[in-house]
Amino acid sequence: MCAGCGAPVAVRAILRALEPEDQVVCGAATGCLEVSTFLYPFTAWKDSFIHSAFENVGATISGAEAAYAAWNRKGKTTGNYKFIAFGGDGGTYDIGIQSLSGAMERGHDMVYVCYDNEAYMNTGIQRSSSTPKYADTTTSPQGTAVPGKQQYKKDLTQVMAAHNIPYVAQTTLTQNFKDIHEKSEKAIYKKGPAFLNVLAPCPRGWRYDTPDLMLICKLAMDTCIWPIFEVEDGVWKLNYKPKKKLPVEDYLKRQGRFKHLFNKENEHLIEELQRDVDKKWDDLLRRCGEA
Amino acid sequence: MAIRERLSGNEAMAVAMRQINPDVVAAFPITPSTEIPQYFSQFVSNGEVDTEFVAVESEHSAMSACIGAAAAGARAMTATSANGLALMWEMLYIAASSRLPITMSCVNRALSGPINIHNDHSDSMGARDSGWIQLYSENNQEAYDNLLQALRIGEHEDVMLPVMVCQDGFITSHAVENIELLEDDKVKGFVGEYEPDHYMMNPKEPIGVGPLDLPAYYFEHKRQQAEAIKRSKKVIMDVAKEYEKLTGRSYGYFEEYKLNDAEIAIVIINSTAGTAKTVVDKLRDNGIKAGLLKIRVFRPFPAEEITAALKNVKAIAVMDKAESFSAVGGPLFTEIKAALYGVADGINIINYIYGLGGRDVRSDDIELVYNALLEIQKTGKTGETYRYVGVRE
Repeated sequence: MCAGCGAPVAVRAILRALEPEDQVVCGAATGCLEVSTFLYPFTAWKDSFIHSAFENVGATISGAEAAYAAWNRKGKTTGNYKFIAFGGDGGTYDIGIQSLSGAMERGHDMVYVCYDNEAYMNTGIQRSSSTPKYADTTTSPQGTAVPGKQQYKKDLTQVMAAHNIPYVAQTTLTQNFKDIHEKSEKAIYKKGPAFLNVLAPCPRGWRYDTPDLMLICKLAMDTCIWPIFEVEDGVWKLNYKPKKKLPVEDYLKRQGRFKHLFNKENEHLIEELQRDVDKKWDDLLRRCGEA
Repeated sequence: MAIRERLSGNEAMAVAMRQINPDVVAAFPITPSTEIPQYFSQFVSNGEVDTEFVAVESEHSAMSACIGAAAAGARAMTATSANGLALMWEMLYIAASSRLPITMSCVNRALSGPINIHNDHSDSMGARDSGWIQLYSENNQEAYDNLLQALRIGEHEDVMLPVMVCQDGFITSHAVENIELLEDDKVKGFVGEYEPDHYMMNPKEPIGVGPLDLPAYYFEHKRQQAEAIKRSKKVIMDVAKEYEKLTGRSYGYFEEYKLNDAEIAIVIINSTAGTAKTVVDKLRDNGIKAGLLKIRVFRPFPAEEITAALKNVKAIAVMDKAESFSAVGGPLFTEIKAALYGVADGINIINYIYGLGGRDVRSDDIELVYNALLEIQKTGKTGETYRYVGVRE
């Protein structure tokens, strides 16, 4: 994958939470992760892995988990198996949301991980419903009349929390990987369906300097653009509260996709984004009993 | 002793599935196949099977879940019709190319649009190039027998391909007829256990399924897939022979009805063959050498065998219960004509599109077709080859 990409870092962090004696079947939606880790005749996966299509990794992995359940009933299983589906935001927020929702609602003992890089990166940076407002993508280009994407980012983590499944969490590549590790462990070992939404920056789509990957993640947390929280058995918990909440500019200015917002005539757009972040952060604080 | 029962075609499929006791059934409701997962989920609720029933949120997910299950090493089954099959389309190809022997009951229904819930073959005919083996059934008995054989065909190590067993929506899926069932233990003995060489839930040998396959290898993989469906021809016959020993019921690539000395014949699929057989009997009573060829195996297409069976017929009408909008005829017609070309030239061959959207096909309609063949035989003139029967012009 590209230097400075968040996706493989996220995948490694999540799989590290798997106990060495356990087996796992992983799956991925079509996307950067899948095409760059499983190109015939090679695979980067040491565990069993399946890719079938773009919109259906939730259903595909749910089928494998159903097979495991049947084998347990028949006494046919060898090994303690876990099931993890990976999808980008396109394969999760958009084309795969039905398959994801179905798999979670049915209660399969599986983890769905969205590595959210906020656009269709594999096909060349097209906007998705996860792309933040005013970001410049190839299908929401900033131009003389329209300053990038016109809609706010869909809040998928809340949508998944509304499924009332045992575990839903939002995280990113935090400085010491403690948060993502603990959340992965819970997601994998808590019985029933779990959903992890991991902000995974993309250097090509976001246009940041590749060594800044971890800094971008940190700024997403400290500006409260990407809050770190979990919903365990219906209980909302904030896992990170910045000592000093930074202005959104600090996050935006390091990314080429927001460069046009720093033109004089677009200052009010940054103010609008700040108001939106503030409102959503306050809402979250209240939900988590922090306000 | 076989069990004598009275079942609808859908019940027959569900009973066969109960006897098979597959690991995973993933299905979504759609008329007219809905009853299959309905009956089956009752078997699950009554503890009569060990199956994990996955009540998915769409047919796309039904096939996706079957793919995940089969790749994991499980025996996976589903059922659908029409738009459900269409929604699975993408995954049908992926199931076949991943060489996963999933088994499907396809209860044939007209594909939208316009929306229509009744029978024709536009759904499965549209899926004919997806890489699935297709078996067709005239009645509930054939559907039951085909489903039991389907597992053995698809799961054979020389094949490893998915199989769909088709029957006519409502006409046979909902009509209750006599049927002879095998005892549960005999079914279990016949279908055995599914034991793939490679599967995901094997801790000793983890595998990858569904890689990105670029120009350096894709072509070879498609060639291997084509070879597998060619090899399935022998397996289909071997399995049929074994099934005949068990049941006394004989199956081939197709059924020949009074075809041996026939001068005029129709080629037909599924339930209308029953109507056509009564017409053949009537014509025979009048001294007319009429015959019929009923397709059981459409994929792989048994071109040589069909040609051998039809080569002495003077005039043939191929009956298509599906349009293909090629402007020259239906899908079965083009296949049969291509099979005969250069091998059995000189036969007058015409096509009839019939019964679309569940339009009733009466014996009068079939008689009209045979009469047209008699006329062609008499005059030697084929006339228009792309014809319709039973439609208001």
